[in-house]
Amino acid sequence: MVRSHVLVCGGTGCTSSDSPKIIDALEKELSKQGIADEVKVVRTGCFGLCALGPVMIVYPEGCFYSMVKVEDIPEIVSEHLLKGRIVTRLLYQETVDKDQIKSLNDTDFYKKQVRVALRNCGVINPESIEEYIAFDGYQALAKCLTEYTPEQVIQIVTDSGLRGRGGGGFPTGRKWALTAPNKAPQKYVVCNADEGDPGAFMDRSVLEGDPHCLIEAMTIAGYAIGATKGFVYVRAEYPIAVKRLQMAIDQAHEYGLLGKNLFDSGFDFDLEIRLGAGAFVCGEETALMTSIEGNRGEPRPRPPYPAVKGLFGMPTVENNVETFANIPQIILKGADWFASMGTEKSKGTKVFALGGKIKHTGLVEIPMGTTLREIVEEIGGGIPGGKKFKAAQTGGPSGGCIPADLIDTKIDYDNLTALGCMMGSGGLIVMDEDTCMVDIAKFFLEFTVDESCGKCTPCRVGTKRLYEKLEKITSGNGTMEDIDELEELCNYIKENSLCGLGQTAPNPVLSTLRFFRDEYIAHVKDKKCPAGVCKSLLQYFIIADKCKGCTACARVCPVGAISGSVKQPHVIDTSKCIKCGACMEKCKFGAIVKR
Amino acid sequence: MKTLAELQAIRDKAREKMTIREDNSEATRVIVGMATCGIAAGARPVLNAFVDEVSKRKLGNVVVTQTGCIGMCQFEPIVEVLEPGKEKVTYAKMTPEKVARIVVDHLVNGNPVMEYTIGSLLK
Repeated sequence: MVRSHVLVCGGTGCTSSDSPKIIDALEKELSKQGIADEVKVVRTGCFGLCALGPVMIVYPEGCFYSMVKVEDIPEIVSEHLLKGRIVTRLLYQETVDKDQIKSLNDTDFYKKQVRVALRNCGVINPESIEEYIAFDGYQALAKCLTEYTPEQVIQIVTDSGLRGRGGGGFPTGRKWALTAPNKAPQKYVVCNADEGDPGAFMDRSVLEGDPHCLIEAMTIAGYAIGATKGFVYVRAEYPIAVKRLQMAIDQAHEYGLLGKNLFDSGFDFDLEIRLGAGAFVCGEETALMTSIEGNRGEPRPRPPYPAVKGLFGMPTVENNVETFANIPQIILKGADWFASMGTEKSKGTKVFALGGKIKHTGLVEIPMGTTLREIVEEIGGGIPGGKKFKAAQTGGPSGGCIPADLIDTKIDYDNLTALGCMMGSGGLIVMDEDTCMVDIAKFFLEFTVDESCGKCTPCRVGTKRLYEKLEKITSGNGTMEDIDELEELCNYIKENSLCGLGQTAPNPVLSTLRFFRDEYIAHVKDKKCPAGVCKSLLQYFIIADKCKGCTACARVCPVGAISGSVKQPHVIDTSKCIKCGACMEKCKFGAIVKR
Repeated sequence: MKTLAELQAIRDKAREKMTIREDNSEATRVIVGMATCGIAAGARPVLNAFVDEVSKRKLGNVVVTQTGCIGMCQFEPIVEVLEPGKEKVTYAKMTPEKVARIVVDHLVNGNPVMEYTIGSLLK
């Protein structure tokens, strides 16, 4: 009889820090101690606290162990699982409160979160359909097929106020309502799981942690619009997600939850996976459908919209993973419940992938309208090393940044758009005072230059020219005219590009120009990089008063640019210096500065 | 899958195996002393008997868990029952045979089995 469950995170983050080895070791050790049939080991999806991985949670005590190593396993088994003595040194410190163990949900990281799309991630075994069913899985589908007409389903989704979570924020109910009346021999439901923004991984976590939820939601969408066939377009770079989704599809078939005549309603639905080959542009809906059709992934002009002419020329609904992940809960708990969360025009919750200069790197789901300050300072645990918050970047290469003085902005679709940012898929990169905003704009442009499919000129040539201008500015050769031209070109690309990629590609530049124009000017006029990032504008110096003449810097310099005799202040020959920074790292006295 | 009832049946069955993962601060806690002294005195079969009996009777509001040495090794196996808002009851020199009665009388009907408690053994 099982008396304890050990949940080990099997998301991509923890998998890369060796959670599979931990599971192996755990199982071996349990059999060695003869308690293998008393303790059940469960591999779950992402818990969200990726910064502390690999993580595990032991029930019934609810102990949350973080940064577990394979060597810790014998101790956990013999002390905790065999003798009931909790291994306190491995507990996540935030869960320990005066010798008492607090629930994980009471920690700063989880306290303000509301988990709708991620509700099963880190809770169930994603490879077991039974565990999904145990937590009310497929109940929403049953309810739709046995109690509601397709029109009623669409009405519920419309009333909930759910908007597309992939970036655009188009009302999901309206999208379905536009597709449903179109008559065609075949209609399709497509799931966009081609999550390509650097630093965004919420769709991956849903696929890895709760794949059945997506299957259920897509089937409901199929019923609502009258489609019997669905495709999930997922990046080939997500091997764990692909494996678990395929496993889930097979299980759903086995249980008769995909296939013919579901719940005796006469409705048939089936799903297939299509793998993306790593092109960012395939996250754009028309390019994605072109790619599923077997052609080169390039966008096409809209209209006609997919609701009329989508995949294989048939009416198609395309939604992103996180959007779908909300659907079963909306059906079960009602439109009013969902609409009670969030702000006036942005309902429900949003998942963000927190990254960059932040203590708790990971995945968080918060009600719309939570302020950036709450996300960064409370949930994210602030910025490490006592540095100052400078800006947060949302929406990846299509988005912009929110500067420090707007940290009390309530995060929702409309507030972000007003700031020239966008929700995007939900990557949130935190930047501190050591980040150069011109350099950040250049980083994202480098990405879009690389990923532009080349079909339309404004995007293909325009982004390249933008990148070159940024390069000119960061290398200290820019003029004030360059800044004006940069802005003009940005607006031109925005207005004239064919698809979303080009139309949003200039956003990182426009946004940094809007909030950090002084940094651009510093690069151009003073030939200085205020954050000390752009190498060509920096020089390394030794402060003579602080230098003890230990010679450590001279020995580490790869080009022999540092000279001086023992116990005498050293000097850097700036004409020889390649600005590698090795001397600065080596100096124990803080005598080397860059400016 | 043809009916909602069929789905419900799978759900209820699967759910039983997962109650252990629910965060339940209202639950009654049965704590078995499982230090070296407890295990040597036979705490393991006692723990397993509790787990069996509780799940057989589907007592969703009871959590069976373990702890280290309670400090009275001569009375092991020791089991503590903590009900929210009530005083702790400590059973001593437990055996798997005593478990069934504690589950029925105490956990189900709310009457501690006085003769098994440490208090009556000390008399």
